Amino acid sequence: MSEPGSPVLASRTRSKAWAAYTADPLSVIGLVIVVAIVALAIFAPFVTPYPDHVGPTGDFAAMNAAPSADFWFGTDVIGRDLFTRIIYGYRLSLIMAIVVLAIATPIGVIVGLVAGYKGGWTDYVLMRITDVFLAVPPLVLAMAIMGFLEPTLMNGMLAITAMWWPWYARLIYNVTRAEAQEGYVLAAETVGASTAHILFREILPNCWPSILTKMTLDIGFVILMASSLSFLGLGVQPPTPDLGSMVADGAKYMPDAWWLTIYPALAILLIVLGFNLVGDGLREAFEAES
Amino acid sequence: MTSAPILELDRLGKVFAADGHSVTALDDVSLSFERGECHAIVGESGSGKTTIANLVLGLLGATSGAIRFNGATLGRSRTRDQKRAIQLVQQNPLSALNPRRSVGASIRLPLDVHGLGKGSERNSRVAALLQEVGLEPEHAKRSPRGLSGGQRQRIAIARALACEPELLVLDEPTSALDVLVQARVLELLQRLRRERGLTYLFITHDLAVVRAIADRVSVFQKGRLVETGPVETIFSDPKSAYTRELIGAIPVVTEAEAALRAAIRAGTPIPAGAE
Repeated sequence: MSEPGSPVLASRTRSKAWAAYTADPLSVIGLVIVVAIVALAIFAPFVTPYPDHVGPTGDFAAMNAAPSADFWFGTDVIGRDLFTRIIYGYRLSLIMAIVVLAIATPIGVIVGLVAGYKGGWTDYVLMRITDVFLAVPPLVLAMAIMGFLEPTLMNGMLAITAMWWPWYARLIYNVTRAEAQEGYVLAAETVGASTAHILFREILPNCWPSILTKMTLDIGFVILMASSLSFLGLGVQPPTPDLGSMVADGAKYMPDAWWLTIYPALAILLIVLGFNLVGDGLREAFEAES
Repeated sequence: MTSAPILELDRLGKVFAADGHSVTALDDVSLSFERGECHAIVGESGSGKTTIANLVLGLLGATSGAIRFNGATLGRSRTRDQKRAIQLVQQNPLSALNPRRSVGASIRLPLDVHGLGKGSERNSRVAALLQEVGLEPEHAKRSPRGLSGGQRQRIAIARALACEPELLVLDEPTSALDVLVQARVLELLQRLRRERGLTYLFITHDLAVVRAIADRVSVFQKGRLVETGPVETIFSDPKSAYTRELIGAIPVVTEAEAALRAAIRAGTPIPAGAE
């Protein structure tokens, strides 16, 4: 056999990382929760019993029905199946989280890389701007933005994105400051590599563990934040199924139609918990890998 | 020597100033480096030897004086070719290679940056460089994580060579390695210097290493040049008390180690089984 090449080496560190991940049963439970929810959300039209209950109309013959064999989580005031709407709510929540993070993460990462590597005035200006955003309580900032703009799905995502990127800037700034002291950065400088190469090809790969861990944890938090906004009536508007608005609407019928609030609330809890457990597991896995 | 020196430091000075305090790291140093020689810079920490390296590499700007390389004055802003011609081998080979890039990618970087060789032949150049430093072409695909300190230092040397440099700044290149690996790396550096006609600016605090590899040595203390001259002269007849003190501090070597060093010095192969 020839010298062990990269595939062998890679698979060895990968299996070590997987072993570290699975060492904690909670991480495995988290992964099961996340995979199950994502699968249900993707295949929502095929796995939900009443896909047409997504819109404004339901089954008036079965208004406010308690959980039963026909309607697992009961129905709402106009007879729409709650289970179906929760699955579609997951779908919307996941899409929102992905869109928000897909925009916020690159902005924050670039700001953090540039400020952390360049130092001096660049660092000072970029990080003070970041601090200003970080100083405002996030929900208040989002509410301010939403009060200023129309409460639509698009603007909701915009508001959450605006308050999310500074956390990535702060995180990557700190990682970059540490990495910039490493000899491989000095080596790239002395061989004459461009700043773009050093930022994106040398330092960024070493930021991935931090970024991926934070993104996983954040999917849960973005969903929570989006739900909070729509609970306050500032996010997704009816009839689009949204977990936060479902909790808010159902609260009026407590405690008689308890399922209208309890099930969507549990649904939020479950998805946030799932992503948090996976995030913790990923952190362990990345630590074992390096 | 009849040819002009490759590198000249002309009354070079560096003062670090912050918050009203100022520290003179380098004070009026004039020194010349002949082409093809290994010129050791020795001194304790704080003697200014790393400052010299950083000034020569253009990582710092001088406060006073000038650096001339092949006759041309070098400032902080340099042409691509000036950057390429002066390369660095760092002290810590664990940190000097990016853990998330393959060995091959690290060595290939200078080829891409300086457009050396056609795109298609760069990978074979990487393979040739690996062989030149005593590794296998297969190492290109590996991650530095699985490699030993000695192997990593060889890779760092290959990366510096990829630039086709004229001057190598060797910043304590063997101090993080154990003695036998150190001997092998010194042997490699001697061979490369001969084969490629390189000039070395060899920074170290280890006078035993100086005796093994250097032609000339310059002793620094607190930013000043204490004395300079051929290695034999400095070792047999040190002028300053400070140099005598440094020489007195060389650890006593075992017979085997002394033989090893003598072999490196003479350029003969290291006896088998020494590693």
